Amino acid sequence: MRYILNHMVQYSKARLDASFGALSDATRRGVLEQLGRADASITDLAEKFHMTLTGMKKHVGVLEQAGLVTTEKVGRVRTCKLGPRRLSEEAAWIERYRQLWDSRFDELDKVVEELKQKE
Amino acid sequence: MDARRESEPTPMKNRTTAERKSERELVVTRTFNGPARIVFEAWTKPELLKRWWAPKSFGLSLISCEADVRVGGSYRLVFMFGNDASKPMEFFGRYIEVTPHSRLVWTNDEGEGGGAVTTVTFEEKDGKTLLVMHDLYPSKEALDAAIASGSTGGMGETFEQLDELLVTLGASVGWS
Repeated sequence: MRYILNHMVQYSKARLDASFGALSDATRRGVLEQLGRADASITDLAEKFHMTLTGMKKHVGVLEQAGLVTTEKVGRVRTCKLGPRRLSEEAAWIERYRQLWDSRFDELDKVVEELKQKE
Repeated sequence: MDARRESEPTPMKNRTTAERKSERELVVTRTFNGPARIVFEAWTKPELLKRWWAPKSFGLSLISCEADVRVGGSYRLVFMFGNDASKPMEFFGRYIEVTPHSRLVWTNDEGEGGGAVTTVTFEEKDGKTLLVMHDLYPSKEALDAAIASGSTGGMGETFEQLDELLVTLGASVGWS
């Protein structure tokens, strides 16, 4: 696994912040997942996620700024596709770390609830 | 109408955040629906600790859990992924600060821990407790190495898991 060290890129803080911000929202993660399957227009995405065009435009804008999505306007339709930036190893690792603690804390919630009942 | 947070319905549970706060620090936060003394108890009694430290939903199972929670006391947690008892992972160290209901500090002495010191604070407000867990590594290189080897938090098989995450995110296309 050490070879990964050599491949680790120095990510600027701004880039990481933008990626994390973009990925912190369930809809935006859903949009990435969707675009992983096929390109889609903003209208398609708005319908799929049951939201207004304006709302979806905002989400796509955030993803675009983070470099996770690119868009192209052809005629009156703006098509979205996955952008050039892959999720960095570090970002992915931290997300996985977060998920580990999230799973632990879900169990801890149950313990806390039980102890509360006993009081 | 844009101000409506259409994509963020009221969460059913509290949110866990994780962030690399600086070159040497990782910070995880979560709020619990209970007073600090109860949350603290769940971190300091081994019989309670073992109920949540190795969540099955994450594919972990606990082999053993010892924690002598007092200043100078030691802990040792052993767990494994799935049913693979051939590669148990051990985490051990010593408590260097134990302040009931508000603060716990311990060392991470297993090699892969990179010599990090973990501080957990419990802050009660209106019957809820904000928990902040802070891992401080001795150097940027130590944290980078921990991330690269995927060891922190017991993730010896991180790269397979990273792959899973990328797939989960629909990354099979476009994100190599």
